[in-house]
Amino acid sequence: MTQTPSKITPETLSKRIFKTATEVSGPLLFVDLKGKAGVSYGEIARIKLPSGEERSGQILEVSRDIAVVQLFEGTSGMDVDQTTIQFIGETMKLPVSSDLLGRIFSGRGEPIDGQPPIIPEVELPISGSPINPYARQYPREFIQTGITTLDGLFTLIRGQKLPIFSASGLPHNEVAAQIARQAAVLGQEKDFAVVFAAMGITAEEAQFFRNEFEKSGALDRVVLFLNLADDPAIERIITPRLALTAAEYLAFECDMHLLVILTDMTNYAESLREIGAAREEVPGRRGYPGYLYSDLASIYERAGRIKGRKGTITQMPILSMPNDDMTHPVPDLSGYITEGQVLLDRGLHRRGIYPPINVGPSLSRLMKEGIGKGLTRRDHRELADQLYYAYARGIDLRNLVAVVGEESLTEEDHRFLQFADEFEGKFINQGRDENRSIFESLDIGWDLLKNFPNPKRELKRISEKIIEFFHPNNRDSNKNYDSRDI
Amino acid sequence: MSTERIGKILRISGPVVEADGMLGSSMYEVCKVGDEGLIGEIIRIQGEVCTIQVYEETDGLLPNEKVIGTGAGLSAELAPGLIGQIYDGIQRPLPLILEQTKDDFIRRGVVTLPLEYDKKWPFVPTVAKGAKVVTGDIIGTVQEGPVVSHRVMVPPGVQGTISSIVKAGDYTINDPIFKVKNNGSEKNVPMLQKWPVRFGRPIKERLEPTIPLLTGQRVFDTFFPIAKGGTSAIPGGFGTGKTVSQHQLAKWSNAQIVVYIGCGERGNEMTNVLEDFPKLIDPNTGEPLMNRTILIANTSNMPVAAREASVYTGMTLAEYYRDMGYDVALMADSTSRWAEAMREISGRLEEMPGESGYPAYLASKIAQFYERAGRVKTLSTEERQGSITITGAVSPPGGDFSEPVTQNTLRITKVFWALSKDLAARRHFPAIDYLVSYTLYTNELSPWFSKEVNPNFLRYRSEAMALLQKDKELEDIVQLVGPEALPESEKIILEAARMIKEDFLQQNAFNEVDSFSTIQKQWLMLKVIIDFYNKMRELYNQGVKLPEMMNLPIIDKITRMKYIPNEKAEGELAGILAEIDALHADDIVDRISGRMMTDLKKD
Ligand SMILES: Nc1ncnc2c1ncn2[C@@H]1O[C@H](COP(=O)(O)OP(=O)(O)O)[C@@H](O)[C@H]1O
Ligand SMILES: [Mg+2]
Repeated sequence: MTQTPSKITPETLSKRIFKTATEVSGPLLFVDLKGKAGVSYGEIARIKLPSGEERSGQILEVSRDIAVVQLFEGTSGMDVDQTTIQFIGETMKLPVSSDLLGRIFSGRGEPIDGQPPIIPEVELPISGSPINPYARQYPREFIQTGITTLDGLFTLIRGQKLPIFSASGLPHNEVAAQIARQAAVLGQEKDFAVVFAAMGITAEEAQFFRNEFEKSGALDRVVLFLNLADDPAIERIITPRLALTAAEYLAFECDMHLLVILTDMTNYAESLREIGAAREEVPGRRGYPGYLYSDLASIYERAGRIKGRKGTITQMPILSMPNDDMTHPVPDLSGYITEGQVLLDRGLHRRGIYPPINVGPSLSRLMKEGIGKGLTRRDHRELADQLYYAYARGIDLRNLVAVVGEESLTEEDHRFLQFADEFEGKFINQGRDENRSIFESLDIGWDLLKNFPNPKRELKRISEKIIEFFHPNNRDSNKNYDSRDI
Repeated sequence: MSTERIGKILRISGPVVEADGMLGSSMYEVCKVGDEGLIGEIIRIQGEVCTIQVYEETDGLLPNEKVIGTGAGLSAELAPGLIGQIYDGIQRPLPLILEQTKDDFIRRGVVTLPLEYDKKWPFVPTVAKGAKVVTGDIIGTVQEGPVVSHRVMVPPGVQGTISSIVKAGDYTINDPIFKVKNNGSEKNVPMLQKWPVRFGRPIKERLEPTIPLLTGQRVFDTFFPIAKGGTSAIPGGFGTGKTVSQHQLAKWSNAQIVVYIGCGERGNEMTNVLEDFPKLIDPNTGEPLMNRTILIANTSNMPVAAREASVYTGMTLAEYYRDMGYDVALMADSTSRWAEAMREISGRLEEMPGESGYPAYLASKIAQFYERAGRVKTLSTEERQGSITITGAVSPPGGDFSEPVTQNTLRITKVFWALSKDLAARRHFPAIDYLVSYTLYTNELSPWFSKEVNPNFLRYRSEAMALLQKDKELEDIVQLVGPEALPESEKIILEAARMIKEDFLQQNAFNEVDSFSTIQKQWLMLKVIIDFYNKMRELYNQGVKLPEMMNLPIIDKITRMKYIPNEKAEGELAGILAEIDALHADDIVDRISGRMMTDLKKD
């Protein structure tokens, strides 16, 4: 990775100290530059308060006369005559080395684990640069999460960005932690690492994740960036970028497979909204800035694989849907960018089903190229389609029965109704520590399909060949069905 | 053109930079911004202050750095070498950027030429010295890859008498190929043309859209066809199938050239095209699809101003091939991201916002874009026709079609392929809402379908549509009273409609056979279903019960007919039709009683 050299020399640096703040507004500070030295767009400012406290910020807009600085730690306690501002002539950078692993940083990238700062191999600009689409390699490698609904119906692929759409009170943290624990690809644990970025979550939630990583003995393969609920909100703008800069370094320079968990992206977007409001920008939907899509994309697109490089970045952002509303701008725009979504459902959760994955609106866009013979198993695609279809039909009937009663159903209808119940109980539902192999998961699906006495007629989504080979009634007890290659 | 002017940066705000000292600049003029010479375009002029949208990241720019006005508008370079290429929004070849910088990430300040200037192409002249030529006349050809014959044209603004032309041989795009004499002055002309992207290339005349662009997608071709030179919009919430549909159009449309614009969408989707298209075979030419395709990739994380420009860059390349006399299909995924780029820039300019914060000129920009579609007579002495068919994906926030981009698009486009979240959630793909979608080309295209497919085609389609409509009404009743309450005769309608939906409209883009249906196969599949429906009614009147009909072996054949390969479709489907025709109530009743007899014997 290369860097653009700074144009500002140490001599000019000393001239770049100002005591000429003119206005403080929300998280923004306006500085009169007195037509003095040049201050560049995007560069970092160090601000000294009258109390002696130091804060940092970034330039959002600059002209010959005025710089608009966004303060990561907010502007409380600032005044216009005493505050000193020094522009350091560089955009925000993160010092990186493989020693990042096992470390804990603040949401601003400062070590908070009591250990010294790492000795950097290189310092990387945190805004990153877009991967050349021509340099990308299409992700095709299956990650076994051990969670049946994901592996079976919404397969996670190495290099994918697959968010969890959740809401308050739902077990998204448990699901994410279970995935992180179980997703270490067998035989390749050494290359596997997790970068975890917290934005505005509670200390308790952060502690939960820490414990989970510790429990699996993986704490030394995890990098944490923690901006908690009582940390400055504006800092959240940089937290995911720090995390992804670390991930990019570990993936593309150190050949590791990264799982990046970003939680909670809705808090992130709220900070962005706060800045937009302070700048008096024309707001888009529900007060969020019109560029929210591009901004989120600048985070989510930092996932994937690159031709000729071993490492990969898989992203699992978690975001909460205010009022459980999937059309809220944050889930909505996220869904437009990410490669699918896993939706958690309050109804299933209330009925005690874990993980409460709402199958209907969930999707893994990269699944189709990452499953099948040689990757998972030959019957995977058709089986998944059939399960999905049968469950959808069962749910429709469930709704119908609620209105017109069971009397008017045919015998076949009853089978689908019963299937839907069993599907939730056995296929979706599993233990929080239960790690099922892909073959186990697929075979649970086949077992449920035994409900249908005339498979060739009723299981229309599965071809005869596959039914003849994989249907439980047709299995040969001497054969091994736990294989990618049969 | 005016000479270079050097101004200085006044203010920087994201992709928008203001500079003074720029007197004499013109709108849409390209500038080099800052010491690194970042590329930008003038979008507002106020006295000596210009506002410039910059196509690269502006981090680190300083006020007072220089800005150079180049005197030229943002232009596309047009010559052999475009086909098979992948460009960013301002026509920088992505493979070349990678090669030059040896960096998998796109850093700013990269300067690359759109085309290879030292590559030699085999040029064959088709006119001789002394010929009188006007703009658009073909003076020779270059074989551009295995498929495309690149017709070298007299560029816009040039005409006269050819005073010399090179012999057949290998030439670079910048070598003078011929000389034209006009009013005593002589001009050397190379193959390379440049054209400012924001302006449509001139044509002679617009033609009626009377020929369909066949896409191989049953719901499009049979139900809501688009004409060559037509416009369609495909709006839908995320995950409803915009991109897969656009990819299907790019793969299977019977256009000769495809321009695919990935505008503010995912990087991996472009990679997918790059990996697939060289392997997929175009049914029309037998050659890999990549050999007729040009890609523009300005993904969501690439600079937003270049995203705004990307649709114009793509359009200009499309027009260039149209002018050669080709049918070009252009897809833009997604026009909403383009509109958002306009909104973002407009916001930085502090313009008065219109609805949802979009600039007031949103509607006219969208209209101007789609206006560049059409089937035309080209500017040229000989009569030549070409077309550009546009399909624009629209990504409405929350999947709500009442928002400004969708609404302004639907006012212009003639085909509306509405994607439905509900159908997508049922995995009914393509999730085109068959009750809401429409095409306004029915009248113009009817003669073609009657003549080229079958005189009964339109009647059958209407019948199918009527069944779907009736199905909807019946489904509403079922939701209130349950399915058993319907009389048998109406259950027959439900069954027929189910066949239309599952066995005809649903089409799996990822199944090798099902992905593409010839129009002949589509017609026969439709005929099978409608004929069977009519047969069901006949049998019913003769006393056969619906469950008995649903147990006929023909049902399985209907279910599997989409998997009949195109080349076998005519034969096999004719067989199914004959079987339907031969169904008799007596046989069915006989067989059932026969079966009951054998069952009895078993007991
Ligand atoms: N014609 C189709 N055949 C099969 N699957 C489809 C089809 N269209 C869409 N899909 C499914 O829907 C998913 C989302 O489609 P996509 O085109 O990416 O949606 P959008 O661009 O509207 O967000 C795909 O990943 C695929 O699984
Ligand atoms: Mg899409």
